[in-house]
Amino acid sequence: MSQDWLKDIKSEYDVIVIGGGLGGLTCANMLARGGHSVLLLEQHYNLGGLATWFKRKGHIFDIALHGFPVGMVKTCRKYWTPEIANMIVQLKGIRFDNPQFSFTTTYDREDFTRIMEQRFKIPRENIEGFFNTARNMNFYDGQGMTTREFFEKFFPGRDDVHRMLMESITYANGSTLDDPALTYGIVFSNFMSKGVYTVRGGTDQFIGKMQKELLRNGVDIRTKCLVEKIITKDKKVGGVMVNGKKIRSKSVISNSNLLSTIHKLVGDENFSRSFIEEAKKVRLNNSSCQVYIGIKKGEKIDYIGDLLFTSEAKKFDPQELCSRNTTSRTFSIYYPQTRPGSGMYSIVASSNANYEDWANLSEEEYRNSKKELIQRTLDALEKYVPKIRDKIDYLEAATPKTFQRYTLHLNGASFGTKFEGLKVSMGLPKEILGLFHTGSVGIIMSGWLGAANYGVIVANDVDKFLSTGGVR
Amino acid sequence: MTKEQIRDTILEIIGQIIPDEDLSNLKGDVPLREQVELDSMDFLDIIMELRKRYGIEVPESDYTQLATLDGSVAYLDPRMRDL
Repeated sequence: MSQDWLKDIKSEYDVIVIGGGLGGLTCANMLARGGHSVLLLEQHYNLGGLATWFKRKGHIFDIALHGFPVGMVKTCRKYWTPEIANMIVQLKGIRFDNPQFSFTTTYDREDFTRIMEQRFKIPRENIEGFFNTARNMNFYDGQGMTTREFFEKFFPGRDDVHRMLMESITYANGSTLDDPALTYGIVFSNFMSKGVYTVRGGTDQFIGKMQKELLRNGVDIRTKCLVEKIITKDKKVGGVMVNGKKIRSKSVISNSNLLSTIHKLVGDENFSRSFIEEAKKVRLNNSSCQVYIGIKKGEKIDYIGDLLFTSEAKKFDPQELCSRNTTSRTFSIYYPQTRPGSGMYSIVASSNANYEDWANLSEEEYRNSKKELIQRTLDALEKYVPKIRDKIDYLEAATPKTFQRYTLHLNGASFGTKFEGLKVSMGLPKEILGLFHTGSVGIIMSGWLGAANYGVIVANDVDKFLSTGGVR
Repeated sequence: MTKEQIRDTILEIIGQIIPDEDLSNLKGDVPLREQVELDSMDFLDIIMELRKRYGIEVPESDYTQLATLDGSVAYLDPRMRDL
């Protein structure tokens, strides 16, 4: 018989968290610290959601693009532990290379100002105006302007500048020129305050420390437990069905994809018609492809930067960026100091992708497309790491189908939903008492920092709900 | 609690959230966020701490009343007077 992953589980909890992404984990930790009994259910065998990793042939590959804003230090210190916060280190070599420009930057306001002034000959006052406007954007500002209009206002007709400002953010969260300017302003300003950061020790150690802290705070963690249904009755949440078993709770927080939470886990019939209409308008963000490149033990790679945003496209083109044979990709270079003591190098190439482009291929077409993806990626990498093919002992690729299989996100969405998803996510508790959602929504609540902070915001709402005895 | 004690409590909570900031010269009538590095998450931490410690619930619509130190004291006085 297979292992009983629900062995000795209690019949009732104050809180059930569905999904152990950074939003779910942070939410669970805050609520457990606040004295609530918390059950965390994760369908995969690892916690972390997309902040995950895998091990093959002596290599460890991190999945999530290794780069987040400095705010993550504070978030980890406040909502996790100083030890976790201390793992965070800056990545100083951020490199852009495409037909329009090529340079290396520390990716902060000061350096971007220098580059815009010296290289792109932009007047100082436009640069200052742009940064200040971006920094003063709030998510409650409403969404009058698109990012394209925002760029046009300060850098009219300068598609090279637009590309420099947009392309890396598109890799980071899937947003493009047509998304609301405020989503851009908030995310960009977060990065620009002090640059790009990552965790020393790797995602495995980072999530491992979080798991330890959750256990210390009394969270009951169950992996390999797939929630089939969120139980609701008379517009109130009652618990979940998991691995065929019913577990009761006063509140349920779904860290599953917003749309699968609504349509699959709860079911449309349990919501008001107007809410379902709103939910149907929510657009999923795109998915991703990745190529994992393991460097032979003993081989070395010279320092070529930490994150390389590369493209052969003549201009910034969101459609090219997502297409099956895109030439636009990010190389994350993992030097041995990423995992001190390992002595190992690895490279992960990430590109944005559409689920539809990959989902409907025949098995043979799919296999061939994956092979082509790997070869195209190595061809591109050759430019930065000569003779790369001689240095490799492991190669694998992930497509939107892979992302869907491991995360169960609809269409393998890697960045949650577009901006309109935030309102729907926040509106859930008004529809069903005791039901909450956290995780990547609305672009601004996306990425490691956004997801973790959204977990805190929702934990505050849940704590409020539980401390007032669970009334509306 | 007296108004003075309420002010000290608020400062103590803020000091816990942003330990690296100097709070000794805060002006009471100027928004806190203009004087120290206090972002919206830090602000949420203040709200959460007030609930945890004293069971005080600040609805979102009242957040603006806590923008300054004087405003916070005035808002919390009727809620903390009898503590």
